[in-house]
Amino acid sequence: MNPSASLKLPDGRRRLRLATTSLAGCFGCHMSFLDIDERLLMLIERVDFDRSPFTDFKKIGHCDIGLVEGGLCSVENVQVLREFRAHCRTLVAVGACAINGGLPAQRNHLDLGQILAEVYRERPGLAPGSAVPDDPELPLLLNRVHPIHEVVQVDYFLPGCPPSADAIWSFLNDLMDGRTPHLGHGLIRYD
Amino acid sequence: MPATSPISRCDPQAVIIRHGSDPHALVQILRELQAELGWLPREALTRVATALGLTLAEVEGVAGFYRFLHLRPVGRYRVLFSDNITDRMLGSEALLQALCRQLGVVPGAIVGDDPLVSVDRCSCTGLCDQGPALLVNHHQVVTRLDATRVAQMAELIRTRVPVPAWPAEWSLVEDRIERADVLLASPPAQGAALAAAIARGPQGLLVEIERSGLRGRGGAGFGTGRKWALCRKAAGTGRVVVCNADEGEPGTFKDRVLLSRHADAVFEGMTLAAFAIGARTGFVYLRGEYRFLLEQLEAVLQQRRAAGLLGSSICGVAGFDFDIVIHLGAGAYVCGEESSLLESLEGKRGNPRVRPPYPTESGYLGQPTIVNNVETFCAVTAITLRGAAWWAAIGTAQSSGTRIHSVSGDCARPGLYEYPFGTSIRRILEDCGAADTQAVQVGGPSGVCVAVNEFDRSIAFEDVPSAGAFMVFDRQRDMFEVARSFTHFFAHESCGFCTPCRVGTALLVRRMDKLAAGHGSPHDLDALFEIDRLLRGSSHCGLGATAGNPLRETFNRFRPAYERRLRSLHLIPGFDLDAEVSIARQVTGRDDPAAHLEQQG
Ligand SMILES: Cc1cc2nc3c(=O)[nH]c(=O)nc-3n(C[C@H](O)[C@H](O)[C@H](O)COP(=O)(O)O)c2cc1C
Ligand code: SF4
Ligand code: SF4
Repeated sequence: MNPSASLKLPDGRRRLRLATTSLAGCFGCHMSFLDIDERLLMLIERVDFDRSPFTDFKKIGHCDIGLVEGGLCSVENVQVLREFRAHCRTLVAVGACAINGGLPAQRNHLDLGQILAEVYRERPGLAPGSAVPDDPELPLLLNRVHPIHEVVQVDYFLPGCPPSADAIWSFLNDLMDGRTPHLGHGLIRYD
Repeated sequence: MPATSPISRCDPQAVIIRHGSDPHALVQILRELQAELGWLPREALTRVATALGLTLAEVEGVAGFYRFLHLRPVGRYRVLFSDNITDRMLGSEALLQALCRQLGVVPGAIVGDDPLVSVDRCSCTGLCDQGPALLVNHHQVVTRLDATRVAQMAELIRTRVPVPAWPAEWSLVEDRIERADVLLASPPAQGAALAAAIARGPQGLLVEIERSGLRGRGGAGFGTGRKWALCRKAAGTGRVVVCNADEGEPGTFKDRVLLSRHADAVFEGMTLAAFAIGARTGFVYLRGEYRFLLEQLEAVLQQRRAAGLLGSSICGVAGFDFDIVIHLGAGAYVCGEESSLLESLEGKRGNPRVRPPYPTESGYLGQPTIVNNVETFCAVTAITLRGAAWWAAIGTAQSSGTRIHSVSGDCARPGLYEYPFGTSIRRILEDCGAADTQAVQVGGPSGVCVAVNEFDRSIAFEDVPSAGAFMVFDRQRDMFEVARSFTHFFAHESCGFCTPCRVGTALLVRRMDKLAAGHGSPHDLDALFEIDRLLRGSSHCGLGATAGNPLRETFNRFRPAYERRLRSLHLIPGFDLDAEVSIARQVTGRDDPAAHLEQQG
């Protein structure tokens, strides 16, 4: 199929490409996204999903919009985030974890070395000789969990834990239609 | 708590009784207790709470608000280096480091239960014309610091010589009056203005002050006569006159000199205000940093009482009763804001009030209250004596009279300069012997930054308004660093009451520090201006609203000083990203490429 053919909507507008990812998050934001329910059908009329847990594509291509759930707790999170930034025209921090570090950042007042030692070496019931996993395939954890805007430029913030489906829907429609997103009263929720 | 509880050395009861067990004197009681104990043990606070009928939480809440009150031992010697940009320009930071080295302490750290000494920084102590300066035990000041003084001081501390026994010349505070005009040149004879006012009557005095066009000298420039008239008209009984001697705006020290040289004119101005509005109660809110002035001010008050100029039936006029009490602040810039000041006077945390109602309707303990700056009261005395027409003929159309400038920074002759309003910045620079000047910060960090091409502008409410500070920077200075230092000041002084300012000032500091550390990108500038916009639009008081001024003022004029700090077009983290993997690397023993992160990706 000629790829450019699918880029046009019937009304002449270009189809948009959307990528999503969950970094140090709980997938709650993605679940909330799915809660737009039948509006998903309207959405896929206008956008193609690129890399996302919804498509299970592992590599990201050039995208119009990238939605990032979760903050940065590992080296891999940083790498994925940077790939998203490099490939997405517009990058959105979705949810409390992406915006502030959220729940995972609760560990920031603890020493990572101590946490790892307690979990993998000192906990009762561990097999003798248990050690902190050191397989090079495993992403190393960061000393502290960081919100994503501390490492890459973020264009929009969509607050909530999670943001409601209505908030996500209204936000995406604004973006797709070229309006500066405004959630206003009722759609902004912090719990 | 240390083994020998200091409370055994002091009886809080005596201090409490001295203040009539008045809960509104709480800040004063805590200050005096601490002067005896060195800090405020919970045991003492509990006794204070019981005696005043307050809860321990209330008392601790107040004690915890003020920087000069301590809930844990801070050392028998508490040394605070004045940290205004002018002190820094005179080398204060190296001296602080030297003192710390010699005493084996870390700046800002308090080690152990009963440390001998702690060394830290504090906001401007108002000694910019004779800095670098420091404050010891929230009482004595040491001016003109140099390496010799610092070395000797370390020795005196190590050998536990009490501060009052330190060389007297160290705490010499000079009143450097470099240019005197009508206020500084000839202080009026004691009581003369009062006699003139009594001849005119309260209403006549009010009209005279209104006609003079006098506007407040504390910053906002509100019409003094109008303020008084509002207070006089306000419903309710009791009237209060408050003199704002908090002088917290860094770079300002004119009120210090006025209180030291012309206290009589200040107190007379307050008494005139009392006469005009019908007040019986007066307060001077003296910043804690000027504690060293207290005794001499009390002596002037005492002398005025003896002369029949304070107390009951002042000047023999039946019913003209008025007296003045001096309250000391405790190291909080926000308490210069008039509603915070009133809260503090009432013995509470210095959080700004919601306005309206304004103090003229509901001020000290709900009574109609006027708050005026020290210099404003001096002007009132002069006007009452010499007439509104005389005053109005000085200065410009909208800014009558003179303005006293506290000149410091890069100039040959720092000190006080009094000029009629309308005087050009160039003229002041010439007079103070400033050479190769690139900028002047007028009115302190919350004021205006003026660059070379604007030196012909003049100081007046209709052009460049000023709260009294005039800090000069020559071409050697980095104006970004000046702004960064001011931004730190605001974050340090934010009272924390409202989120935009509490969080916003911290975010400003973080971004400015990030630029300074070489991690800046244009995105950081965007973020800075966004925060500034939020601060201006949503802060509860003037502190938050002006916290972004240094950024905006210097950016507009010294943009390259910012731009040369932008290292990348893309945002870079403000921290060392690879160092964030250090613990996991260490714990796992890994050092493969996947165990590292590039700073920029
Ligand atoms: C954060 C802040 C700090 C202030 N500090 C002072 C001060 O130290 N001295 C002063 O006279 N006014 C200060 N002001 C202004 C006072 O609120 C008030 O306007 C002034 O004392 C009124 O006196 P005036 O009319 O004689 O100027 C400050 C205002 C703000 C917002
Ligand atoms: S913001 Fe809330 S819902 Fe979203 S990932 Fe974080 S914890 Fe989960
Ligand atoms: S603006 Fe700042 S200083 Fe003023 S009330 Fe808010 S937190 Fe306090």
